[in-house]
Amino acid sequence: MAEIVSLSDAVRELVADEHVVALEGFTHLIPHAAAHELIRQGRRDLTLVRMTPDVIYDQLIGMGCARKLVFSWGGNPGVGSLYRFRDAVEHSWPVPLELEEHSHAGMAAAYAAGAANLPFGVLRGYAGTDLVAHTRVAFVECPFTGEQLAAVPAHRPDVGIIHAQQADRQGNVQLWGITGVQKEAVLASRHSIVTVEEIVDEFERRPDSVVLPSWVVDAVACVPRGAHPSYAHGYYERDNDFYVAWEAISRDRDVFTAWMREHVLEGVPA
Amino acid sequence: MTRAGAGGVGSTEPPRSAGAGLAGAGTWTSDEMMAVAASRRLTNDSVCFVGIGLPSLAANLARRTHAPGCVLVYESGTIGAKPTSLPLSIGDGELAETADAVVSVPEMFAYWLQGGRIDVGFLGAAQIDRHGNLNSTVIGDYATPKVRLPGGGGAPEIATSVSDVFVMLRQSPRAFVERLDFKTSRGDRVRFVVTDLGILELRGGELELVRVHPGVSVDQAREATGWELRVAPDIEQTEPPSRTELAALRALETKGRE
Repeated sequence: MAEIVSLSDAVRELVADEHVVALEGFTHLIPHAAAHELIRQGRRDLTLVRMTPDVIYDQLIGMGCARKLVFSWGGNPGVGSLYRFRDAVEHSWPVPLELEEHSHAGMAAAYAAGAANLPFGVLRGYAGTDLVAHTRVAFVECPFTGEQLAAVPAHRPDVGIIHAQQADRQGNVQLWGITGVQKEAVLASRHSIVTVEEIVDEFERRPDSVVLPSWVVDAVACVPRGAHPSYAHGYYERDNDFYVAWEAISRDRDVFTAWMREHVLEGVPA
Repeated sequence: MTRAGAGGVGSTEPPRSAGAGLAGAGTWTSDEMMAVAASRRLTNDSVCFVGIGLPSLAANLARRTHAPGCVLVYESGTIGAKPTSLPLSIGDGELAETADAVVSVPEMFAYWLQGGRIDVGFLGAAQIDRHGNLNSTVIGDYATPKVRLPGGGGAPEIATSVSDVFVMLRQSPRAFVERLDFKTSRGDRVRFVVTDLGILELRGGELELVRVHPGVSVDQAREATGWELRVAPDIEQTEPPSRTELAALRALETKGRE
């Protein structure tokens, strides 16, 4: 059963240095507040897993929390580069960053395999690209047709972290709109933390929603606006201006560090 | 260069202030010419996988002009999205609100893309070679890159799962290279490449210049290509954007672009 706790307690109890951590949310419901808590608590040497390590991982990488990144697309959506990610890869600042790079289809298959407790995901992919030489992928033969297919090792993070619109008092979680790969990320992970916009007495049932029962979640923390600058469908819109502004904040090491100090390190913990 | 390759499916090149054309319909920018040229290749029954930036502009323009039935699929999981303004990201809320269906990301890539249900996929990149192979991963060596680009995203499987790959990419010797620094996606299914100078088609495994945009010479296109560019014997000039196309395009742009 999920415990309803503070975000700082959830992170303290469940995330340790050197853990493999997946913070998911495909454009929508990105768990920014939880990432800020990881930064405030000074986690180090994390292996960060995420399909689209956008601004949220730019911040974690720039603050020196990550040793390795497992990903498929590292940019600022609709804007351009992730400068902290680039600085880590191009100049090892603030620490070197090891990469395990996949395609979106490969990452999605790896999460789905992890959720299904399978050792690998299988897909028609990677063939004929230079990714093959630089990532963890192998080719297997279909036992029925002989077709060569790509196999990617399942994602099995130590902790999966997502943001959702609602939890109820028992710790059941409900999210809706674009639900990305969050269900798979939680089910593939050994432990999970879910931050939510609000805790309600009873869900209004939504036929299109994803419901994660309390017994597959470890900790639920109520963090209103915990996805900002991403959005929470039905609660607030994506802060597109922030994504554009991040370009200037992140380009320079000192400007970035000062911004993080003011807005995250000295921010009020949830 | 730093902004190239964004989205995996489609780049978000910085706007270049190019008054590329003058005609009955007035003036237009090279971005507008690219969007118009790409939109014309979509048909009323195209199902297309759309990235942010120019591809999104082109596909939305097609829906507002000659191809109202064109189905827009964004990799965030929205199928049949009908945005009223251009989204900044592929997962903006309006895409979900207007979609026929919203599916999970694993479902999108497994059932819909790999399942062969998408006709057209738009791709952008930082580099392209004469065979239509694309690089959106690194400039320089992979382990010690000069420029670390965002990476492939959906591109590697889009390039091999859709029937027709449409590439949108500004033409310069830096982008149109003899040899890619990294092959992010394969070129076999590239049907055509729309640039700010013209249109290239993959013919017999090699890109060939088949159109130049109004005001552009074949020599300009040759100079902007890092290999000996093949030019089609039947090369024509791109039809300039019509008043209708420009009006629809600008209505879209003013409603939602960064």
